[in-house]
Amino acid sequence: MQTKLWKLALGAVAAAAFSFSAVAETPKYGGTLNFVVGSKIPSYDGHVETTFGMIHPIAPFYSLLMRVNPANPGDPTDFQCDLCEGDVPAGAEGGTLFTFKIRQGVKFHDGTPLTAADIVASWNKIIFPPEGIASARKAFYKMVESVTAPDDFTVVFKLSFPSGSFLPAMADPYAFIYSKKDLDEHGYTWHKMNINGTGPFVFVEHQPGAFVTGVKNENYHHEGRPYLDGFKAISAPKMSARVQAIEGDRASIEFRGFPPKQRDDLVNALGDKITVQESDWNCVLMVTPNHSRPPFDDPRVRKALTLAVDRWGGSQYLSQIAIVKTVGGIVFPNHPLAATEEELVQIAGFSRDLEASRAEARRLLKEAGQEGLSFTLNNRAVDQPYRVVGTWLVDQWKQIGLTVDQQVNPSPVFYDILRKSGDFDVSIDFNCQSVINPIADVSKYLPSAGNNYANFEDAEIEEVYDRLLHAGTFEEQRVIMREYERMVLDEKATQAVTLWWYKINPYRSYVKGWKIAPSHYLAQQLDQIWLDK
Amino acid sequence: MTEMTTDQLEELRDRISLFKQFTGFVRKQPLGTAGGVVVILYILMAVFAPYITGFDPTENFYQNQFVAPGMQFPMGTDEWGRDILTRVIYGSRTALFVGFTCAIVGSTVGLVLGVGSAYYGGLIDLLFQRVMDVFMAFPLIIMALAIVSMSRSLHLPPDTSVYFVIIAITIPFIPRCARVVRASALAIREIPYIDAARANGFSDARIILRHMVPNVMAPYLIMITAFVGQAILLEASLSFLGLGVQDPVPAWGLMLRNAQEFIRTEPWIAIWPGVAISLGVFGFNLFGDAIRDALDPKLRTQ
Repeated sequence: MQTKLWKLALGAVAAAAFSFSAVAETPKYGGTLNFVVGSKIPSYDGHVETTFGMIHPIAPFYSLLMRVNPANPGDPTDFQCDLCEGDVPAGAEGGTLFTFKIRQGVKFHDGTPLTAADIVASWNKIIFPPEGIASARKAFYKMVESVTAPDDFTVVFKLSFPSGSFLPAMADPYAFIYSKKDLDEHGYTWHKMNINGTGPFVFVEHQPGAFVTGVKNENYHHEGRPYLDGFKAISAPKMSARVQAIEGDRASIEFRGFPPKQRDDLVNALGDKITVQESDWNCVLMVTPNHSRPPFDDPRVRKALTLAVDRWGGSQYLSQIAIVKTVGGIVFPNHPLAATEEELVQIAGFSRDLEASRAEARRLLKEAGQEGLSFTLNNRAVDQPYRVVGTWLVDQWKQIGLTVDQQVNPSPVFYDILRKSGDFDVSIDFNCQSVINPIADVSKYLPSAGNNYANFEDAEIEEVYDRLLHAGTFEEQRVIMREYERMVLDEKATQAVTLWWYKINPYRSYVKGWKIAPSHYLAQQLDQIWLDK
Repeated sequence: MTEMTTDQLEELRDRISLFKQFTGFVRKQPLGTAGGVVVILYILMAVFAPYITGFDPTENFYQNQFVAPGMQFPMGTDEWGRDILTRVIYGSRTALFVGFTCAIVGSTVGLVLGVGSAYYGGLIDLLFQRVMDVFMAFPLIIMALAIVSMSRSLHLPPDTSVYFVIIAITIPFIPRCARVVRASALAIREIPYIDAARANGFSDARIILRHMVPNVMAPYLIMITAFVGQAILLEASLSFLGLGVQDPVPAWGLMLRNAQEFIRTEPWIAIWPGVAISLGVFGFNLFGDAIRDALDPKLRTQ
């Protein structure tokens, strides 16, 4: 508790310091921001993609209907209008009707004026995509019944039931607004290879595997922005290259995050020329057993897997070498809907009494006739934090007599095994979300969710989640969330969470206006950033 | 006083002769001897690993993360608190297993194919050599990378990954050995005793295995020793690239890969596996060169 209070105090001081510096410093215009990106761009279509490799270089070309406030991205309730006007609307008709007024005078980069029809076409593509058209996050909008435009500058979202997860989902940073003209003329896949937005920067060039460049949009709708003349997103898959780029000032920042050692390297080398921001991260690696493959169809075996893991100890030593740190349940830690430590230690695998947990794990394995079980762990060939966490898990399971072979596969093979072939015993999976929206985020643990790869069905879990989705008050949501969490992590042990990621961003001190967010997907339009040099 | 029998005298003479050959080798090939010592040390290290160190190479000791080299841990510890000396010692098992297996299998298959190609000659030899040319056109590491990558897409069980590393390294060795052996075998094929064997009605297999193969053993042995060093280096390269064995298995290339993130603040994590690879490859190459010199009749008379 004391640690938590200390953390909160530190956070408040840091926030105050940043707020003060924001007030005290007047933004300067000009300059080009060079930043490094550690992953490739699969396509330019935000509605389809899920990777930071796309959003970091491409988000600056697009606008959203509404967004997380880039000046305060750490607050999960601070939203502001982007293409809408005024304040973010409050729901009418019992929270089932949201009316957005749209800015006038906004133009796409090709000169086409933006109207409500563009917003409706984009959101219909996201929520109700035609057959065969992918939409990565359409499950977030289950409550939306229709999206309509009564006039050229009004958009109405009609919900079939009120839901606290609707507004946060509307601020999804991938929900790029496309021109209806482009969708009508070129089709729904045109944006995979082409860019035409209303964002703060205009696309100039993409050299695959090398860089993406953009220049200032002189007609940007947020007055006085962007401050930068342009940006260059440099592709650098190797972490050592990204660190060197910042140290050598060939790049100013990397938005995803570095492990502690790299932070220390940069701080030691550059002193006050480096500023560091740190935050909990809305991202967690999970252990996904394949329920369709014995003995992982047995809840006792699955529970033994989670009981063996020393999360509290792991938080201390893994945080020295990896971008993971925080112990938490299925909800983003420190969110009001998240389990408190007192609630957490009641869940299997979270007890402070590690020996008792492991003794129980051995007992369960013996009871299930699976003492000395051997299996394969499917993992992704990405060092941070996949391979590190995988190696840690192998050691944790060894402590209860299990023999685990870690199969580290390149991303395409890893995804193919996890998502398509289902040919695995136990796999690492991740739940990384953008806007902190716990009710939507925990849908990952729902058997019917399109992105749950544990291969099982469970009507009880579905029923509890349905109640959660329809819960009217925060108190009710919190009670049902605990029930759902206990069911998923303990009673049925359908999946297990490991440690939540911890975001560390060391960057050149002359980069101003950038605030760390609890997600590497958020606040990436770059219109708030300026260079003090 | 006992008198020695003729047999005992013969045996003593043989022993003295062997000892003289050994001392002659040491005198003429000091670098090769040093290489031989390294090879023997590595083999001993691999065989007696559990008796040399009391630690488990895969056991994590989180309280010992990043301990610098000292009395307790002569080579320091890594990011998991594992004793680096222990992992270097056990890593020699992976390196030598892969190294010797690839070298022996690759060279042996190359030997049979090379001698067979030379013996049959004509169209068979021509076609066989063109196939070898195709294989030889790929740089060793590229070919190995391609084979390992293909094996990854087959979703094979992980405990077979080391065998695919072996296959990936072995295949490029085959044409290299076959080419060298064929050159020697072509000369042997023209010697009259081969014609005599044919005239006596010996089978092709018997002529190849009993009469030709023993006469190309010198280049074969030289290729084996040269290939062991190369195979160790290739295995380390594949592991470094994440395509070899996987954590927590101790392997020098994998240790180097893991050390990348810490090389600036904890350099010992990278230095020791690097030294182990360099010394091992250097030792095998020196030893191989010395054997080549010793077995080469032209160099032997100099």
